[in-house]
Amino acid sequence: MQKYILARIGQGIFTLWALTVIVFLSVHLTGDPAIHLVPIEFATPEGLEIQRKKLGLDKPLIEQYGIFLKNVLQGDFGESITDGRPARDILASRLPATLQLAAAGMGLAILFGVPLGILSAVKRDSIFDRFAKIFAVFGMAAPQFWVAIILILLFSAVWKVLPAFGRGGPDSFILPSFVLAWSIMAGIMRLGRSSMLEILDSEYIKFARVKGLKEQFVLWKHALRNSLIPLLTFSGISLASVLNGAIVVEVVFAWPGIGRMLLDGVQQRNFPVVQAAVLASGFFYVSISLVIDILYAYIDPRIRFNQ
Amino acid sequence: MQEEPILKVENLQTYFFTTSGMIKAVDDISFSLWPGETLGIVGESGSGKSMTAWSILGLVPKPAGRIVGGRILYRGENLLEKSASQMREIRGRHICMVMQDPLTSLNPVFTVGDQIIETLKIDSSRTSGGHRERAVELLSSVQIPAPESRMEGFQHQMSGGMRQRVVGAIAISRSPQILIADEPTTSLDATIQLQYLKMLKDIQTQTGAAIIFITHDFGIVARMCDRVAVMYAGKMVEQAQVLQLFDSPAHPYTEALLKSVPDLDVDVDFLPSIEGQPPTLDDLPEGCAFAPRCPYVFEKCEEYPDEFTVEPEHTARCWRLGGAVV
Amino acid sequence: MTTSASTIATDESPKVRLWRLAGRVRRARLPWVPITILASILICAAFAELIAPHDPRDIDILKKNIAPGETANHLLGTDILGRDILSRLIFGARTTVIISFVSLAAGAFVGTTLGVISGYKGGWIDALIMRGVDAALGFPTILVAMLIVVFLGAGTINIILAVTLTFWARFARMVRGDVLVIKTLDFVTLARITGVSTPVIMWRHIFPNVINTLTVVSSLLVGQIILLEASLGFLGLGLAPGDPAWGIMVAEGRSVILDVWWLSLFPGLAITIVVLAFNFFGDWLRDTLDPQLQSAQ
Repeated sequence: MQKYILARIGQGIFTLWALTVIVFLSVHLTGDPAIHLVPIEFATPEGLEIQRKKLGLDKPLIEQYGIFLKNVLQGDFGESITDGRPARDILASRLPATLQLAAAGMGLAILFGVPLGILSAVKRDSIFDRFAKIFAVFGMAAPQFWVAIILILLFSAVWKVLPAFGRGGPDSFILPSFVLAWSIMAGIMRLGRSSMLEILDSEYIKFARVKGLKEQFVLWKHALRNSLIPLLTFSGISLASVLNGAIVVEVVFAWPGIGRMLLDGVQQRNFPVVQAAVLASGFFYVSISLVIDILYAYIDPRIRFNQ
Repeated sequence: MQEEPILKVENLQTYFFTTSGMIKAVDDISFSLWPGETLGIVGESGSGKSMTAWSILGLVPKPAGRIVGGRILYRGENLLEKSASQMREIRGRHICMVMQDPLTSLNPVFTVGDQIIETLKIDSSRTSGGHRERAVELLSSVQIPAPESRMEGFQHQMSGGMRQRVVGAIAISRSPQILIADEPTTSLDATIQLQYLKMLKDIQTQTGAAIIFITHDFGIVARMCDRVAVMYAGKMVEQAQVLQLFDSPAHPYTEALLKSVPDLDVDVDFLPSIEGQPPTLDDLPEGCAFAPRCPYVFEKCEEYPDEFTVEPEHTARCWRLGGAVV
Repeated sequence: MTTSASTIATDESPKVRLWRLAGRVRRARLPWVPITILASILICAAFAELIAPHDPRDIDILKKNIAPGETANHLLGTDILGRDILSRLIFGARTTVIISFVSLAAGAFVGTTLGVISGYKGGWIDALIMRGVDAALGFPTILVAMLIVVFLGAGTINIILAVTLTFWARFARMVRGDVLVIKTLDFVTLARITGVSTPVIMWRHIFPNVINTLTVVSSLLVGQIILLEASLGFLGLGLAPGDPAWGIMVAEGRSVILDVWWLSLFPGLAITIVVLAFNFFGDWLRDTLDPQLQSAQ
């Protein structure tokens, strides 16, 4: 297992490093970097010259990358070109909102998705299974931004039971996390169902019945435990979807998180802000994937106990 | 034999209802099993041997499969009339089975010891401590070296032969009267096979259980079985004592099967095989299922053959045998 | 994840393959509803000018915000600038089809090429490409798209580029898996022994046997591609804001959702229906062509 974990950590570090390279190159290969990095008030020709020297843009590329990397590792992402605030501060103020939203969404998806998927398999082809399938199928086909808008229309404007936007009390979490969760839930349900069906068909389940174990016991102990493994892997994969979805959901619900920060930055061509958001997202994404993979190695004895 | 058979299967029919038609996986078979004996069931894949076993255990895959007719008498009681929970009590405790692939028979995420103990706990819910000793005993009774250390291990840490022994140990842990072995040696190396068969024989001597040994290998039949039944396309075409079968096979299919097993002591120019293909089970001919491939076929074979007695304890379903009906 | 490559991979000529494929498709029960929907979309895309009742960019402030069903002239109503929604939907189909299919083709091309090379050659090339695939797969797609739009601007080509960059990796991984199985088969070994050069082997022997998986994976991914493209449009990273693209239409309707609810409703519904149709079609295709293939991640 040690080897597996070390390999995974290495992979994560490589991905993060590649990310920094991509971000760095994007700025420096698409026109004058100074324009991207300098606050607007300094963007006069003389001001730009001064900033160029200050940012070391006359140094060789490799050296610039080194400085860039050093800054990033220290948390210095430059200053927003719209208001001069350090991108890091903006990041710090926005990060909690997104983390909470992502956790809520992912939590909801797993909490409901896993049991629903497994139940679908156990009660195969029942009414329950049919409804679950329809729910999942729509979750995967309907665009999140549209679902969000329709739900806001219904719950906030028409029925007036939930807030339409902004982050506030617990009820402001309900719609955004549901929208975020729905499409992921769909994937989880599908996977839960198919892996459960596969497991229920397996030889060890048959043997468990042959031994004389009670059906309930067979399901709870043997089937469930084995189905958790692919679900865990899938959760790791769907992290990317969570991030994707978070951006859209934040926009529609005016949620003050990194996603919106990223979008605003992109629209304003505010590169330091974009840079901060991208690197932060990448970092969290890689770390959480890593944690999930390590958890997975722990749970699956085939990996845990491999010489 | 004077005793009553411990298992008596009468006219068992297990059919599958699929979108492509009805499949008669087991079609009107009858046989008996006496206490302590080893009965072999021989046939090609698809002949219905495994489904017979699943029918006895009450685990025919639903909803497509169903037992549509016949009786299965275990100690005089018809298993087909039992409720699901009654059947569950019989499984493991009275009748148990080991399957072909030990790698998939054990759950990869639980320890070996855990899976033995959970079986032991079915009969008595004492704490694991008491069961642990018994589990270690079981492991050594199937000749697993250093059984203590194997308890916390996982099945992927063991060789195939050892796994199959563990499965065997679990199967007999509740001392069933009937043990069904569904091609348990197919996935094992030849040398390991012999050891395993010996282990099974020892278990039988220790516990007095009857064994139904499902296989396609006549060598194993010769080694292990007292009596044999031959299945083809879901039907039982011949039953005999082992020596009778080898000496004078009555059914053309049995004859052909035996002929196609090469004899190491004799040089031959070519290897006889049976003409044609086994039938697909949803498209069976009326009458004798083997007729299309039978070298002795004649008009009467269009009718489903009765069972005829060849000699005491030796019957076969073939019109060639004419004479007295069983 | 298993592939059926080893069970159906052959060395037959393209004609024979096509014939067998046609036979299989003919015998299978076609999913008529998805096919009808997809056909309609394609027809709309191709013949938008003929089908649409109005010009999608025709602004008429006097006719703004007509509700659906009020007049026969505007069956689905008009938007805040008086443009006919039905017409914009029809033209939007064209945008969706073009961007999705081109991205699909590009991504499939890049992904398949890299997948075949990676799977067949093995060694460090394989390792390198797979690192790239893992990194690309692990990336939230919108992030990549945003980066591209930031630096290269908006516009159709850039959207296509963004979508391609995020989906090539899925093709690469699937194809590579298939190739790993195929290259162990006898006819490939035979070709190697007789001295056939590597590029020829990859093209003549490996690639044709990968098409099956490729087709199934493509049909399963189109839905996601459409959703990504719509999201980018919604976020304003897409084409110019006047364009009749479904994602943009939903965005336009957002601020007036209370009064002009149909402006956001219909385009979103269109997206959902099309993606559903593609997903169902993809599932059917997979069941018919390649039942052992697990669904694409």
